[in-house]
Amino acid sequence: MISLTSPVETHAHGWSAGAKIGALCAATLVLFGVGHVVWQAVFLGGMLVLYALPGRQFFTVGLARLRGLWPFIAIILLWHVVTRDLTEGILITLRMLTAVGLANLVTITTRLTDMMGVVRWLCTPLRAIGVKSDRIELAMALVIRFTPVLIDKGAMLAMAWRARAARRVGWRIVTPFAVLAIDDAEHVAEALRARGGL
Amino acid sequence: MERSLTLIALFAALIAALGLIPKLTLAFGVPITAQSLGIMLCGTVLGAKRGGLAAMLFVALVLIGLPLLAGGRGGLGVLASPSMGFFIGFPIAAFATGFVMEQMGRFPVAWAAGIAACVGGILTLYLFGIMGMMMMLQKGPVEALLLVSAFIPGDMIKAVLAGLITAALARARPASVLSRV
Repeated sequence: MISLTSPVETHAHGWSAGAKIGALCAATLVLFGVGHVVWQAVFLGGMLVLYALPGRQFFTVGLARLRGLWPFIAIILLWHVVTRDLTEGILITLRMLTAVGLANLVTITTRLTDMMGVVRWLCTPLRAIGVKSDRIELAMALVIRFTPVLIDKGAMLAMAWRARAARRVGWRIVTPFAVLAIDDAEHVAEALRARGGL
Repeated sequence: MERSLTLIALFAALIAALGLIPKLTLAFGVPITAQSLGIMLCGTVLGAKRGGLAAMLFVALVLIGLPLLAGGRGGLGVLASPSMGFFIGFPIAAFATGFVMEQMGRFPVAWAAGIAACVGGILTLYLFGIMGMMMMLQKGPVEALLLVSAFIPGDMIKAVLAGLITAALARARPASVLSRV
């Protein structure tokens, strides 16, 4: 399973994941606290500088992840043109771009193992009330392992459909798809029990 | 215990896989992403508690940086996007779906699952989605509802499909439809 961590090694890769998330929370609070469009433009500029520091490749690949926001930006700006309040629309757009950009920056400079460390830390209060957090970690590992397996099986089902039907792949493949997931779950449960259980 | 855990994990993987396989096409040519169908199925098949946990597991994995949302999105940036409310609402929607499903034990599976998916996967999920839009875009409830209204017909179709698929699963693997066991 591919994670979103950037292969371009930056200084921020070595920083503590908890500290980065804390700083992100603080930055997001500031973004939502400041209601002036000029300041929001300055913040966006600052975010772009952070992306530019590790080099050209990091900048282009990193910012490409913001592409998914274009439909929202188009709707927001159009909406505010209609309501004749374009400044507000620009403010919301700038804030959204900076907030998502900064959050993505934390994601792409933090390895999955470091993020798992944060999850383990967040589970500390749960352990105190008797929840076994190693089960949560096992469940996470199972999802990471089985998502690509299920995607492959889904692709096989779609291929089998296309081999037999002239119509495009429809919702009917979801049932056998869910049956495959259930069967895999039963097999893995049996395997876990055979190895001593949880 | 093992079975609960693996079913929760595999349904979380199913939500991800349904968002990542190429789009499905409905009879009249409308493409749909099946990720929210996965959320509904978590509730209708696994019930309130396990369904909610499966969706929560999915949400946690997206947040720690796996590209599991439809279109390969993921990471903390999801929380800052306008659709954040829908994402946060996934576990509660799955829980609500499962809860309604469990309350309707006397009804035929397809009807119960369809109605449960409407209450959990549409009413509950849109409540969170609209609150998220209001917060991120600083709009009123009516404006936010207008912005998301285009997706409601598609989700109604998915609720019907969730009913049909759950009924088929109850025939194929009755012991695994935990909301009815």
